[in-house]
Amino acid sequence: MTAVEDRGPDPAASILPAQDGRDLGLVFTVAVLSFLACIAVIAALAADRAAQGWARQLSDSATIQVRPLGGETGPEAAARAAEAVAGVKGVAEARAMDRKSAEALLEPWLGKGNIPADLPLPQLVTVDLTPDHPASVADLNRALAAAHVSAAVDDHSRWMADVRTSGNVVRLSAAIACLLIATAAGSVVAFATRQGLAARRDVVEVLHLCGAEDQFVARLFQMRFAALATRASAYGALAAAAVGAILRLTGGTDGFSPALPIAWTDLLACLAAPALGAVVAALSARSVAMAILREQV
Amino acid sequence: MRYGQAPEVLRDIDLRLTPGSFHFLTGASGAGKSSLLKLIYIAAKPSGGHLRIFDHDILTTPRTELPFLRRRIGVVFQEFHLLDHLTAFDNVALPLRIVGQKLEQYQSDVIELLDWVGLGERLWAYPPTLSGGEKQRLSIARAVVTKPDILLADEPTGNVDHAMALRILRLLVELNRMGTTVVIASHDQDLVARSGMPVLHLEHGRLSTQPAAAPRQFPDDFDTFPQTGIL
Repeated sequence: MTAVEDRGPDPAASILPAQDGRDLGLVFTVAVLSFLACIAVIAALAADRAAQGWARQLSDSATIQVRPLGGETGPEAAARAAEAVAGVKGVAEARAMDRKSAEALLEPWLGKGNIPADLPLPQLVTVDLTPDHPASVADLNRALAAAHVSAAVDDHSRWMADVRTSGNVVRLSAAIACLLIATAAGSVVAFATRQGLAARRDVVEVLHLCGAEDQFVARLFQMRFAALATRASAYGALAAAAVGAILRLTGGTDGFSPALPIAWTDLLACLAAPALGAVVAALSARSVAMAILREQV
Repeated sequence: MRYGQAPEVLRDIDLRLTPGSFHFLTGASGAGKSSLLKLIYIAAKPSGGHLRIFDHDILTTPRTELPFLRRRIGVVFQEFHLLDHLTAFDNVALPLRIVGQKLEQYQSDVIELLDWVGLGERLWAYPPTLSGGEKQRLSIARAVVTKPDILLADEPTGNVDHAMALRILRLLVELNRMGTTVVIASHDQDLVARSGMPVLHLEHGRLSTQPAAAPRQFPDDFDTFPQTGIL
């Protein structure tokens, strides 16, 4: 008995021939698509976190611009305004902004040391609102009017809308990117299934002659490509998780950057890639195989 | 019957196979032997007329029911159509796996059948390592493992020497004795004459029937083929 013959029955013997070199291209393509999808999801999660953080900061605060009246100086008016709103229900703290802090806000645009000492700066009061029941603009305006302070209250709602819109755009973009990538993966698998059925026409013919139903044959291709996509998606997800981990490690406490604060938990999204890849590949392979098999006698 | 827009390859065919019968199908190359077998094993459909198999009109039977009819038909090809990546055991087990049987259900039957066709020592050999005669016997074993009602063999002795051809014929005759309807397409006039079996002759796509004649000149041991309990 030869070495080849020295084996027993294999109930799991693959009815389709073992994978060959032609599968490598498909593995590579699906792995790249999986990598891109995972990176898109990680970036979307981080960007969404940043947007939510900014929105939370904006919603928890308000800014009052004070206009001094009569002989009152700007700082005096600001101090009075801070005192007036500090007692309003829903206000945690109100602080008149000193000139140094106001200049710091302008420095990114005008440059450090470029602000003349006699440049009139707006008198601002920063108000921290209680997160659970924040005071409304009307509450603050009433308190300021009662204290005879001329001021304009900005609750940042205009900026918050922009931040929320940005967050939604990021989320939608990531979803569209993932959908496109899944469609591309499905198309690639569909093409590979067509090739596979053509290349294995002899096997399919034997199976049909042995009484195999279309579902049986389609299931063989479905299982093969699902297994292949699982493996390839895992490779891509692993690579994406590694890139995410490197960015997280190099980014320090900010994650990667304040605009993209990657968290370790974001990398968990990569765990879903192999299963999703398998589902997309299985559905694609099955539908294509069934369509082709139905055209036969 | 015709393929696409090509001329008819079979015409005016009137054939009824009686259960348990044994026929040779003869004719020159291109006479339509393979096409007629294809119609019977439902790998093609007639372009006109009627085709009834196991009381099913093939032209109107839903496609989803055809696999169940094919399971009652065993086919042996001249070119074997074995799966090279499966062992002899797994090739024979294939039709049983297709119908959902588990290893423990079919293992002993497959081993006994391979033993019956003389491949008991080659269970785990792959087809590329087998001789032509061994491949043909393996192909026969795969065709009969589901105990089909009809066995069709397309030039089963075309790739083997005379002694092996006799051995294969003996296998097919034995299957017929067990009740299987057998149709063998063959060029081997000597083998046909020796068997004495009725002959279906195709010429230019038309079928004629020649009755059985007395068999002659078979080896003395032709009728001593061992029985198998699984068929």
